[in-house]
Amino acid sequence: MIFTAAAFAILVTIALALARALMGPTLYDRILAVNMVGTKTVLLIAVFAVLSGRTDMIDIALMYALINFIGVVAVLKLVEQGNFHTSGDDDRGQP
Amino acid sequence: MLFIEIISWLFIVAGALLGIAGGIGIHRFPDFYSRLHAVGITDTLCAAMFLVGLCMQTGVSIASLKLMLIFIFLFFSSPTATHALANAALLGGLKPELDEEYHGHCFDRHPD
Amino acid sequence: MKYPVKHIISLGVLLFTLWLCLSGQLNALMISLGLASTIAIVAITHRMDCIDHETYPAHMNLLLLRFWLFLAREIVVANIDVIKRIFKPGKNISPQLFELPLTLKSDVSRVIYANAITLTPGTVSANLDRKTVTVHTLSIEAAQDLSSGRMASAVPEDYGVVKR
Repeated sequence: MIFTAAAFAILVTIALALARALMGPTLYDRILAVNMVGTKTVLLIAVFAVLSGRTDMIDIALMYALINFIGVVAVLKLVEQGNFHTSGDDDRGQP
Repeated sequence: MLFIEIISWLFIVAGALLGIAGGIGIHRFPDFYSRLHAVGITDTLCAAMFLVGLCMQTGVSIASLKLMLIFIFLFFSSPTATHALANAALLGGLKPELDEEYHGHCFDRHPD
Repeated sequence: MKYPVKHIISLGVLLFTLWLCLSGQLNALMISLGLASTIAIVAITHRMDCIDHETYPAHMNLLLLRFWLFLAREIVVANIDVIKRIFKPGKNISPQLFELPLTLKSDVSRVIYANAITLTPGTVSANLDRKTVTVHTLSIEAAQDLSSGRMASAVPEDYGVVKR
């Protein structure tokens, strides 16, 4: 019962974040919202695994956390540089 | 163990409410940089509450160990992703909406 | 040998614990296979000479633990503050963007400090270089709190990192 309510609350949060991803005035708002959807999905999978008693599914949540992080960083690299093959070793960050 | 059950329910309900609060926050704050702080809520305390509550439900087992691993990984990766986003937006030339009233004379803007 | 033996042991123990957490198999065959793969990975890492001096500072346990407790308290307080600002009607945020001078010496401490700033809601670090960190804060109080240097002095400083 409490898990169903928790899963429903997470789904509401995902819906709010998805609305921001659709409305978002800038590109960065959309990436931010997608990042939030990813984090919430990890929690949703974990809650569902405990809810249904199939705790093996927590592995999937762990994988999703890893993939979500790498995905956000990859999308940011693509936005910043326009491609994936340049190294980005310019003089940024140096005083 | 009814006591642990109730405590874990409290944690999970708190996590759910915090998640919805963060979801409202990204609609209420005016610009991208302030929305980062709303997402910060759902990335830190909301995730922590959920994972601790679920850990109490599963008890001492391999599942709770894996939940702790997710917890540790989220706490290392989410600030990195947020920093990368803020850095990309700042270098991409997105101007933040700053508060004009205090802006400029509260801090030394370019300390040596 | 550029690094002490305890770095090798620390890496091995860490990897084997991770393997144990992920597999959960406790019979003799699986444990010996896990041990074999751990030893193989540590040997390859040693041969490539890329055992990190900073991955797990085993000699810093107590200081790190104290810092994490401090950080947990900061996160809870900052969360409550941001939630109040979300639900209070009217405009009650005063965003600030400023450069904070860094006094921390080693790279690890600076990265930990920037990560801790981002981890507390209400403050986000947007750019980090050797001298300064650019911070965006949601309120003037958070900006004043950061520039008072309370969090910077809580970051553990000396990591005993071997100079290359």
